[in-house]
Amino acid sequence: MKKTFYLFNPGMLERKDNTLKFTPFDSEENPMQPRYLPVEDVSEFYVFGSLRASSSLYNFLGQKDIAVHFFDYYENYTGSFMPRDTLLSGKVLLAQTAAYQNKRKRVEIAHKFIDAAVWNMLMNLNYYNRRGKELDEQIAKMKSLAEIIPNTDTIPELMGIEGLIRQEYYTAFDIILNDFNMSSRTKQPPENEVNALISFGNMMCYSETLRAIHQTQLNPTISYLHTPGERRYSLCLDVSEIFKPIIVDRVIFKVLNKRLIQEQHFDHKLNSCLLNQNGKKIYVKAMEERYEETFKHRSLGRNVSYKHLIKLECYKLLKDLLGLEEYKPFKMYW
Amino acid sequence: MNINATYINIYNVCKRELWLHANQIRFEHTSDIVYDGKLIHEDSYPLRSSKYEEIEIDGIKVDYYDTKNKVIHEIKRSNKIEQAHEWQLKYYMYVFEQHGVTDVKGILEYPTLRKTQPVVLSDVDRDRIKEIIADIDKIISSEECPPLQKKGICKSCSYYEFCFTKEVEE
Repeated sequence: MKKTFYLFNPGMLERKDNTLKFTPFDSEENPMQPRYLPVEDVSEFYVFGSLRASSSLYNFLGQKDIAVHFFDYYENYTGSFMPRDTLLSGKVLLAQTAAYQNKRKRVEIAHKFIDAAVWNMLMNLNYYNRRGKELDEQIAKMKSLAEIIPNTDTIPELMGIEGLIRQEYYTAFDIILNDFNMSSRTKQPPENEVNALISFGNMMCYSETLRAIHQTQLNPTISYLHTPGERRYSLCLDVSEIFKPIIVDRVIFKVLNKRLIQEQHFDHKLNSCLLNQNGKKIYVKAMEERYEETFKHRSLGRNVSYKHLIKLECYKLLKDLLGLEEYKPFKMYW
Repeated sequence: MNINATYINIYNVCKRELWLHANQIRFEHTSDIVYDGKLIHEDSYPLRSSKYEEIEIDGIKVDYYDTKNKVIHEIKRSNKIEQAHEWQLKYYMYVFEQHGVTDVKGILEYPTLRKTQPVVLSDVDRDRIKEIIADIDKIISSEECPPLQKKGICKSCSYYEFCFTKEVEE
């Protein structure tokens, strides 16, 4: 089973014979004891620290189909090294584009992303409502706003409703979380601990979705809810909407309420708050655990992980675009 | 439309897979079984390379062709879809004939099962191959993907998750 590797320490990654060697640096940039990473076990790298690497390494990683995602000091996603796209299908690209250009079809797909995202947010709130958090008010408000979704016929309208629902959803965070307050959503940079975690978690989910899309014939720049190609792989933003509540948010509630991440895991600056290295490590570990959690998939009859679920979502979208089967987004029922 | 031996093989397994495969919608890279087959192909018969040759003509790529005895060898992982393998091999022989190499024999080899299976090309087969080619052409040039058909082999197919994933509502 291939694994994701997270590089937090600054260091050097190189090809050593037919495997990988990572040499971490200490604070004076002196090399420390190297670690060998068996290349066959690596699915991708997330690079948080500064990394020294050569083109021969990237050639090797490309050959082995290993992606590298980079994040800057502020935990913003900078970009990815993606191996050559071997899964190209002209038919899929045309179908994807045609669906975007058909105004009705575009809105229809966008509706589905929001519909599932809101459903999954509500599942989170229901979960905590059953566990003694008073969330009836938020649930009722979100449900009534959600009823407007089918009546929106343009993307900006839909985005507006989604924004209102999300605002309501975020007020629930302060009730769910025991020791931390979020107040409102702030980004670039996040202003408090909860916002720092949301930003960081969303970035991770976004990169994971990029990876899933890359493993299919879908083109990550053609999207439906978000405007295509605005600097980013916008289809990842679309698809990750569905998974952010059930993966990112659930992990945030867990690490904060179980006190796995505490005040000391954040760096406070004048107007920003970021996870420090230890905090990142704890969050990433909790996120990995969530990704690897499995459940029995209803139509496949096999156990699938949450990570794998993202790829299955891409398959369903692909089938809809090709006219094989109408797309139904993933909704959690537990 | 360019037809290759893989199409002939898939045609005899699943028409839907054929359409998807021909349209570059492929999932073989996700399958451990396919990977296993690749390793078997690479690791079986290590002494052969000097005596046998890998040949490529007209969209077909023959695993090993024994020029002296005029035998095409095709290595397969399991004989579960033997019928499809046979047609693939018969197509090789057919293409060889079209290029003037006649009286070629074929052997299907299943190294992990320690079994081999001789294959010959008859006149009936030649006609059938022409029909198959015409039918493949029709399927892959169609805009419509053939509908889902549940078969025993589906669960071990690399397209299984693509074909069968859907949301079952409560």
